[in-house]
Amino acid sequence: MSATSAGTPPRERTTGAAGGPGDQRQRGSTLLRHLAVVAVAGLLLVGVSYAVEPFRNFQLATVAAYLCATAGLTVLTGLNGQLSLGHGALMATGAYTVALCQNAFYDRGVTGAALLVVSLAAAVVATVAVGAVVGVAAARLRGPYLAGVTLAVAVVVPALTVTFDGVFNGEQGLSVPVEPPPLALGVYFPYERWQLWIAGAATLLALLLLANLVRSRYGRTFRAVRDDEVAARLAGIHVARTQVLAFVVSAATAGLGGALLAVLAQSVSPGAFGLTLSLFLLMAVVIGGLGRLAGAVWGAVLLVALPDLSHSVTEQLTLSAAAAQRLEGNLPLAIFGITLVVVMLAAPGGVQGLLSRFGRALLARWRAGRS
Amino acid sequence: MDRFVFLTLDGLSRGAVYAAFALALVLIWRAARVVNFAQGAMAVAAAYVAYSVASTTGSYWLGFVVALAAGLLLGAIVDRAVMRYVDHASPLNPVIVALGLVLLIQAVLGMIYGSEFRPAEAPFSRGAFTVGGLAVLSPYDLFVFGAVAVVVCALAWIFARTAVGLRMRAAAFAPEVSRLLGVNVGGMLTLGWALASGVGALAAMLVIPTELGLHPHAMDLVFVSAFTAAVVGGLDSPPGAVVGGLIVGLLLSYVSGYAGSDLTPLAVLVLLLAVLLVRPGGLFAPVAARRV
Amino acid sequence: MFPMHRTARRGLAIASTIALLIATAACGGDGGSGSSRGNVPGVTDTEILVGTHMPLTGPAAAGYSKIAPATKAYFDYVNANGGVHGRKINYKIMDDGYNPANTQQVVRQLVLQDKVFAILNGLGTPTHTGVLDFLKTNRVPDLFVASGSRSWDQPDKYPGTFGFNPDYTVEGKILAQHVKTTMPGRKVCFLGQDDDFGRDSLAGVEKILGADAVAVKQTYVTSNTNVAPQIGAFKAAGCQVVVLATVPGFTALSIGTAARLGFKPQWVVSNVGGDHPTLAKQLGEAAPLLEGMIGGNYLPMQNDAANPWIQLFTRINKEHNGNAEFDGNVVYGMSVGYLFVQALLAAGKDLTRESLLEAVGKGGFQGPGLVPLRFSADDHSGYGGERLTRVSGGVQSYFGPAYETDEADGPVNEYTATPVQPPANGVPTGS
Repeated sequence: MSATSAGTPPRERTTGAAGGPGDQRQRGSTLLRHLAVVAVAGLLLVGVSYAVEPFRNFQLATVAAYLCATAGLTVLTGLNGQLSLGHGALMATGAYTVALCQNAFYDRGVTGAALLVVSLAAAVVATVAVGAVVGVAAARLRGPYLAGVTLAVAVVVPALTVTFDGVFNGEQGLSVPVEPPPLALGVYFPYERWQLWIAGAATLLALLLLANLVRSRYGRTFRAVRDDEVAARLAGIHVARTQVLAFVVSAATAGLGGALLAVLAQSVSPGAFGLTLSLFLLMAVVIGGLGRLAGAVWGAVLLVALPDLSHSVTEQLTLSAAAAQRLEGNLPLAIFGITLVVVMLAAPGGVQGLLSRFGRALLARWRAGRS
Repeated sequence: MDRFVFLTLDGLSRGAVYAAFALALVLIWRAARVVNFAQGAMAVAAAYVAYSVASTTGSYWLGFVVALAAGLLLGAIVDRAVMRYVDHASPLNPVIVALGLVLLIQAVLGMIYGSEFRPAEAPFSRGAFTVGGLAVLSPYDLFVFGAVAVVVCALAWIFARTAVGLRMRAAAFAPEVSRLLGVNVGGMLTLGWALASGVGALAAMLVIPTELGLHPHAMDLVFVSAFTAAVVGGLDSPPGAVVGGLIVGLLLSYVSGYAGSDLTPLAVLVLLLAVLLVRPGGLFAPVAARRV
Repeated sequence: MFPMHRTARRGLAIASTIALLIATAACGGDGGSGSSRGNVPGVTDTEILVGTHMPLTGPAAAGYSKIAPATKAYFDYVNANGGVHGRKINYKIMDDGYNPANTQQVVRQLVLQDKVFAILNGLGTPTHTGVLDFLKTNRVPDLFVASGSRSWDQPDKYPGTFGFNPDYTVEGKILAQHVKTTMPGRKVCFLGQDDDFGRDSLAGVEKILGADAVAVKQTYVTSNTNVAPQIGAFKAAGCQVVVLATVPGFTALSIGTAARLGFKPQWVVSNVGGDHPTLAKQLGEAAPLLEGMIGGNYLPMQNDAANPWIQLFTRINKEHNGNAEFDGNVVYGMSVGYLFVQALLAAGKDLTRESLLEAVGKGGFQGPGLVPLRFSADDHSGYGGERLTRVSGGVQSYFGPAYETDEADGPVNEYTATPVQPPANGVPTGS
């Protein structure tokens, strides 16, 4: 097998191809349809933010922040076939940009709710710049060689914060001053609900743009390059340019995701954006189901829910002091590891692949029953 | 000048270990087209077995042999019990499974041995010989060079001169044809995993005494350096792994010695870019390789 | 038909995601059992729920993972003796793997979901820095942070945060004072971690010795385990005294590396990385290299069997801690527990977050520590000094008087008050 396509299994191609003619017919309404989905999701999110307690709001907001990054990584790896082990570093770029911007505003005494939007936009711009540089190098590399370079990027960015500690304050990192919720929402408006609104709004916007991009001409060139570079080149697609574009788009969303994480945590430090984060993002998109944005949703949910769930399972056990000391912390990790292995063995298409298979089977049975 | 010699020798002895570990990565890549991210964790597991054996029997060498055996066995088990069942349609799937194994192995080691650093014994003195007031290599460094050289030569001999080696190469290069010709392709794959894991275990036994000590995460950083080394050399090339390992070892030593240890990750990135932008398949990639 | 099908599927995916999340929310929704009495989170008539974040896994867990279980063991001992004002202390330990992102999650879970009364002894500078603002906004007492950073001592900015360890500058000054008085004229060099631990410590050393008295200054990063270049530079420069602001792993590594280069300076090591049992275990057969190492500490030495505090803690360790290997981390964890129980007692029967912070701010706690705790309305730093230790015959023990100083330019003074004895039953009594 050639090392060219780091991406999706071949059977994905049929689905992608089938999407082509569908797009032709539905092109006019694609944007509207996505808008409708986003509007429904937004309304649901607002409803949920009132229904659940603050901690769940915070967890959902974290899911939203991770979702930005996993959706971008899905576009890069799943749709364009480029492997990145360095998305944690791109998230760090966004996070540090937002921290520096917010601090600059704060130090000058500039206040206002709109400033956060400016900072988030700056974070996206900065990450796009970094992503473009990495993307140009990445476009020349394939498979494990690309993995090697992006791995090095993942290690470098946290290290740079130590080298330039005058700006980034080393391992301790920076605090991110964020305005409290606007008074119009009431004095006792929970802060975590406000955080969910911010993260949810930004993520839905990013998803809307990504979904349209995926359905557009660009999305088709992404997939064409992934499936067969030579054929794509014959069809008049500029392969390197397409790959750089995919990397830049992916970097932009990763930067936004990192910026949101920094806003949620009200702080940023290199330890949070190490190699582990990059590897976990990759695990998330593959487990969620590579190649579709819905898979990115599952991945982001798993990133937040799985450690929490396995910790809860561990807590149910009653253990002696000595045994508890050995298992504490380690058992959740073991459960996490086993889950990864089992999911990949049982459902190589990830959670989303499993669900669509299940959905198709249901649909077939329903049709068979009707006829 | 003294400092240069010192840093060069220090970098070479470390680079030898990276070379061995990179060689393990190359072996699996050539056999199965998988970058084995679990290599570090598997090697640490083997080193823990050695620790248990050595501390109960009091014999370093018995532990050493058992570690190599445990490495071989663990490689075979990982292939037979897990990797064999992974859908290889996407090259990412085995990577994710390997990462899952890393979490699992490290957690299990943490449960059994705790998260304390265990002392890792070195079989020879690590005190350096001094030549004209300048500390040069220690007996242990010589042992490391010797062990790595033996492994490199042994592997070269196996692959180039033996029937098993020929079958392994054939099974990796053209599995379908090999199967038609009666080669046990599955068995060759398992053998490849076992060999690679054994070499990884050896590298862990060599490097852990020079680091912080035995710990579930002891090989994490070594893995990153060794993967870099393998990529620099070219993942298809065993000589590339050795040269890559030595280059990375020297680079890390010079940069920490002359510029500051916080700059080493940046230096590694620059090295990777410099090599790969000129030769996208690594230093030792076959020149004619045109990817489609 | 196809697109509609896809839309439906996407809608289904989103809806099921949300359903799953609501379900998990509902499952965890009944976690706030602590808030029944009045409106003090985590406090009932029978229980006080306290939380912490600690590295139990990952590379930073070595040694540190023993602290929180020791604190918990002390609380279990107090609970077995009737608790504090009739309330039992429930100590919830969350693993953050020393990753600031995880700290964010687990501390929010403790505060928002488990509704803990206070966060106690959260470990690590980068990890804990990230949750300072969150804890402040939620008015959660943030007591006895396990790090020597000066960030915890900001009463105006973070009124609810108090430190525990002597800060690194104080320690650097005391170690440097010893170098200055007993090793005059020697060439002094410094190896520090490349963060505020190393920087603050170096600042303390230079305050005493003078800004250019340190001949060679080197740093290391935890992601690079080869310190031969740094140690080689010390050797080449002919350093006679090397001050280490290093974590235990790198102390052992530095001393081991120096030995193999044939370099034998006088080592002067920070309390953070100077626990002899930890280092000896890591060095294995090379442990004799630690002979003569100078360090500092402020809690009773774990091997001092004659010390009544050590006798008490050893007993509790046997009864409530699964007889874990008794080292400096266990002593540290139990001392934190003792101080927290003192603070709870001082806060009175009508326990609120305000009354606890007020009680801590008044200070005046006397416990196992060899130097005074500095808590007051305008000082939230922990212990204000250290006493020097030396390894001799494979045993680390104290010598000379205890010293106290400040993190500014104040002098290093001897601290002569006699240490207090533990109460007969090992549980502090109300003041």
